[in-house]
Amino acid sequence: MAKGRITVDEDLCKGCGLCTEVCPQGILVIAHDRFTTKGYHPAVLDDPGGKCTGCAICAQMCPDAAITVYRMVKPEKVSV
Amino acid sequence: MKKDLLKGNVAFAEAAIRAGCEAYFGYPITPQTEALEHMASRMPELGRAFVQAESEVAAINMVYGAASAGARVMTSSSSPGVSLMMEGISYIVGSEVPAVIVNIMRGGPGLGNIAPSQGDYTQMVHGGGHGDYRLVVLAPSTVQELIGLTYEAFDIAERYRTVVAIIADGSLGQMMEPAVLPPMRPVRKRTDRADWALTGSIGREKRIITSIYLEPLDEEAFNQKLLDKQAVIEENEIRFAEEFIDDAEILLIGFGTAGRVCQTAVTEAREQGIKVGLLRPISLYPFPERRIRELAEKVKKILVVEMNAGQMLYDVRLAVEGKRPITFYGRMGGVIPLPDEILEQISSLNKNSGK
Amino acid sequence: MEKTEMVETLVYSRPKSLTEGGTHYCPGCLHGVAHRLVAEVIDEMGIREETIGVAPVGCSVFCYYYFDMDFAEAAHGRAPAMATGIKRVNPDRIVFTYQGDGDLASIGSAEILHAAGRGENITVIFINNAIYGMTGGQMAPTTLPGQVTTSSPRGRDVELTGMPLKMSEVLATVDGAAYIVRRSLHNPANIRKAKKAIRTAFEVQKQGLGFAMVELLSSCPTNWKMTPSDALTWLEEQMIPVYPLGDFKVAPAVEKITKGR
Repeated sequence: MAKGRITVDEDLCKGCGLCTEVCPQGILVIAHDRFTTKGYHPAVLDDPGGKCTGCAICAQMCPDAAITVYRMVKPEKVSV
Repeated sequence: MKKDLLKGNVAFAEAAIRAGCEAYFGYPITPQTEALEHMASRMPELGRAFVQAESEVAAINMVYGAASAGARVMTSSSSPGVSLMMEGISYIVGSEVPAVIVNIMRGGPGLGNIAPSQGDYTQMVHGGGHGDYRLVVLAPSTVQELIGLTYEAFDIAERYRTVVAIIADGSLGQMMEPAVLPPMRPVRKRTDRADWALTGSIGREKRIITSIYLEPLDEEAFNQKLLDKQAVIEENEIRFAEEFIDDAEILLIGFGTAGRVCQTAVTEAREQGIKVGLLRPISLYPFPERRIRELAEKVKKILVVEMNAGQMLYDVRLAVEGKRPITFYGRMGGVIPLPDEILEQISSLNKNSGK
Repeated sequence: MEKTEMVETLVYSRPKSLTEGGTHYCPGCLHGVAHRLVAEVIDEMGIREETIGVAPVGCSVFCYYYFDMDFAEAAHGRAPAMATGIKRVNPDRIVFTYQGDGDLASIGSAEILHAAGRGENITVIFINNAIYGMTGGQMAPTTLPGQVTTSSPRGRDVELTGMPLKMSEVLATVDGAAYIVRRSLHNPANIRKAKKAIRTAFEVQKQGLGFAMVELLSSCPTNWKMTPSDALTWLEEQMIPVYPLGDFKVAPAVEKITKGR
């Protein structure tokens, strides 16, 4: 199971693609097969191999604050 | 009542302080600099805000900021500096925040000189900044009147959420007259500031102060709102003084110092038996056009006296609607007309009366 | 053998100090990153309700829609003067301006110089993208030599138009300035450094230490006529040599804040 997980708010995502460039695991892609309500191709998580670590680098890059990041942690650990 | 001998510039600055002015931002320019200097001394000692800005452009934008924060705020300048403030004035009116501006006018155009003039009437009354708007413009003729109008100006500005301009010429700014200062009003607490003021959104929704209406229909609606406000101002804020009006056949119209000189000339003319009267507008916007229209029915001739090339003259013409002949007497460039010159005009009009 | 139950926790979500709707900025425009960082800092400092912002004229003219706090719209270039007025009658509030290169380095150059000169206790976020975005891509005082813009169609000719203005270096010479730094937003590592600088700049104000400005090198994909990704590369390769990153003024009192950042 993946250590991390992200969601993209498609009301905010403009499909700029910068998150897909910076993701260290290369598991963010632009979905060219569909559009958001605003007419952009959104970024989506494509992580069949469970490689996401929840590093949040994508969220740091996103100009639209469209990305939410989750991570599996031991209960007593505090998230960064 | 005890009177103090006060210089006009100092008087209006102190009157503003008494009215609860919380912030003054200005720049030195003759002939109003004494106001800045008085504020530089008084405001810090009262714990209120004072900044000598880097320019009049900066000063009016500091005024805009403090006004957006709901504080009582003013600036003062003179003709060339007021030209620099026109952008800021348009923004302040367009954002519907209140402010008071004093223009101590001097000879122009351009750098001109530092002598007294009324050359900014059109700029102040018909809006020197861009867009459809009017300022409430008040014109005192004595130091006492300057004090009273400045003291009242803040209330008027807040009542209508607009800019009130006090305009006077350099001689009124510089002259010293005995006058009474009003009592000190305390500065408003921040918690008592208006419900649109930017004070930090603690426990409430955020507020925005802006003059942007991107959609033309929205901008038109806003402009209509300003017009509606103006209609109320025109109903309620007209001010003028009259002398020897009842049986006047010749009517003088002059504001500020020109009006004051006319007062002397009219008094002397009456002693000679000439039936002359004076209407001295004190509010230039709203202009006392209704009263002028009424008087135009009763008098035979009108003489407009100004210290410019003829600016209020146009508003008089509009009010008179061609019913009576209008003569204009103006001195320009910083020259103050003397009573004898006006008396000569009155006599000449009286001679050609064909009674 | 014990098995520790892992729990999914939230690592990052959209800052509260941003309003809920999206922005009008172009896809990949770094204004969005700058807004996000300012909002994150304001959230982390817990100062949202005490903060009053001043918006410029430029692409970010409507930033007052995007931040969830009191905001004023200034005339072009006048934000530091407007902020001065607001701060002087609200000395305990946090007042910041957000300005582009036309607003700050061109028409507003007097206002920013003198706000720094007075040591005005405000925070300035300066977005330098070497072009005028809102009006369609004209030359800015920050445009690079040879850079093609709509008002330098053959490339910026330094003989006729001079060299780029380096506002951080200029303002660092002013005694009233307490914290003047330049950062970049072209990749996550630099974005993280930029956030620390923005945090310091707001702390400087909170602690009453004087005038603080963070210049953020940013991109304008649309008017640079590049993809968002290529724009970041151009920023790194072309802008940073002209606008070196670093700390240009850190007053002694501010050093205590920056230690350990």
